[in-house]
Amino acid sequence: MTRREILDLYFMDARYKLIDLAAFMDRVERAEGGEDFRMQAFREALKELGKGNKERARSVLLAFSDPTTDPISKAGSKGATGAWPGKGE
Amino acid sequence: MVSRVTDDYSAMMAAGCAAVCEPAFWAGFDRSSAHGFYDYFRQLTEHEPKRAAKFGLPHFCWLCLNPKEAEDLKLAAEVLAIIPEFLDRPTVLGIGEIGLNKNSRNEMKVLEQHVDLAVKHGQLMLVHTPHLEDKLKGTRLIVDLLKGNRNVKPERVIIDHVEEHTVKLVLDAGMWAGMTLYPESKCSPARAIDMVEMYGNERIWMNSACDWGVSDPLAVPKTALEMRRRGHSAETIDKLIYRNPAVFLGQCPKFKLPANAEI
Repeated sequence: MTRREILDLYFMDARYKLIDLAAFMDRVERAEGGEDFRMQAFREALKELGKGNKERARSVLLAFSDPTTDPISKAGSKGATGAWPGKGE
Repeated sequence: MVSRVTDDYSAMMAAGCAAVCEPAFWAGFDRSSAHGFYDYFRQLTEHEPKRAAKFGLPHFCWLCLNPKEAEDLKLAAEVLAIIPEFLDRPTVLGIGEIGLNKNSRNEMKVLEQHVDLAVKHGQLMLVHTPHLEDKLKGTRLIVDLLKGNRNVKPERVIIDHVEEHTVKLVLDAGMWAGMTLYPESKCSPARAIDMVEMYGNERIWMNSACDWGVSDPLAVPKTALEMRRRGHSAETIDKLIYRNPAVFLGQCPKFKLPANAEI
């Protein structure tokens, strides 16, 4: 497909999602409370969008990922939070 | 599909699905004993094939103790002990979906035991990778464990739930890569097609998440429609959604498709 055709197919959907992201960030900042590791990771991931590389999806996923390599001692919960809390959390 | 209503089988048949392959997975709660798994394996090998057959849909399954219940080593040992009893059943394709959830030491031990069981009985393996922030690390641990076992044939393993940061890792290891499609939160049809366009369509397939969460049994046929909108040929689409799975699953002699399944 040409770039124009890709835009015709996906631009409106991407625009909608981008505005939704902006509204989400506004909503978080309007609410009372402290910083959260998820928002820290979110902001780091956002930086990847502005970089010139052509693997932004991969870079965003890496920004949210646990970079360590050793198995953890015990699975305390079953669910995932979407962002790595970092050592000690 | 134990987590889905009968209408889903009907809809899959109407959408042109040729077969359904259901992995053993978490029930949404921890089972209290190995007896619960025994009954579950009976459900997967006896009841679900009959339920799907009412709509002409061949039903196959995979058996294991899923990674979410792998922290309890005693339970895992008891469940692994009953699996061989079911492996000769006519619709069992192999061991799965094994793998990791939180990347814990006990999960690794149970994964290793499942791999040994699969090797011992000559079974295909379907491997679950953790979701979200745990996926990269979990995929690395899984691939390293499998590569470290000289008895594992990589072409007989599919690593599921790959995303943009893990797909190359799996393909480079010579294993099959599965992209699980979700309506929200994880891999979308558009992203799955992106990955095919970037990494090719060899040793890769897509599957529809059909679990207790928000999921869609028709995700694969809907992705086929999206591939058509993106200009992919009928031949390319057929390879990805039909011939590739048939090649991988065909390594199990019990996997047979109806003669009229070819589109």
